[in-house]
Amino acid sequence: MANEYIIREKYLVIANDFNAAGDASASIKTTLKKIGVNSALVRRISIAAYEAELNIAIHSEGGEMVLLMNKEDIILQANDHGPGIPDVSLAMKEGYSTAPETARMLGFGAGMGLPNMKRCASDFQITSEVGKGTNIQMVFKVA
Amino acid sequence: MTVKELVSLPHFTLANPTADIEKIISDGICCDLLSWVMAKGDADMAWVTVQTHMNVVAVAVLHDFSCIILSENNQMSQDVLAKASDEGIAVIHSDLPSYQICGILYGSGVKK
Repeated sequence: MANEYIIREKYLVIANDFNAAGDASASIKTTLKKIGVNSALVRRISIAAYEAELNIAIHSEGGEMVLLMNKEDIILQANDHGPGIPDVSLAMKEGYSTAPETARMLGFGAGMGLPNMKRCASDFQITSEVGKGTNIQMVFKVA
Repeated sequence: MTVKELVSLPHFTLANPTADIEKIISDGICCDLLSWVMAKGDADMAWVTVQTHMNVVAVAVLHDFSCIILSENNQMSQDVLAKASDEGIAVIHSDLPSYQICGILYGSGVKK
């Protein structure tokens, strides 16, 4: 059945921890390579995962990433605990960024994260509520 | 060209000798904005940058880059360099500015 997950992994992402940011994506990449997912797809998922992970580290109060895989799809979820995005369509616009100076100094904040995730995924869904948090789900077709 | 061939040229020094230097460099990217590199990078690229922090290694690894080239004598701290070594990604030091490094790569046949 399509909803029987072969893989179900969860990774915590800590707010403002730029040294650890990227570790979850690296683990996701290692897992996918280990189970034999083709390298082009692994790269696409890894890039999307990294963008999502950095967004949680830069913009949120912390959150988690979830990797799910069934026979047809690899699903990547990025969920944070707030503060939420007031205008999601504006946030989706390439070049728009609210990244603080500390993140910009490291070379982040070009406003390309969300559009890049959308480009990498077969399906991209984002919902956000101010005061509650943001939830992203990306689906990648395996076949 | 390979990473090994690049570090045999004047002005280029391998900072982490345990890295895989047999990798082919098939293209290059010159940028200090990590978000941009995430969006535009591709496998087997040499990445020329002045950024030296931990996330540089993460981006290079996720993209399967051939190497990171630090221009104008920029250097990574020991912990960042150790991370690059763990991941097998070559870090190359150069005294040249990014523009000249790109010229050398291009002149050596690194172009798509």
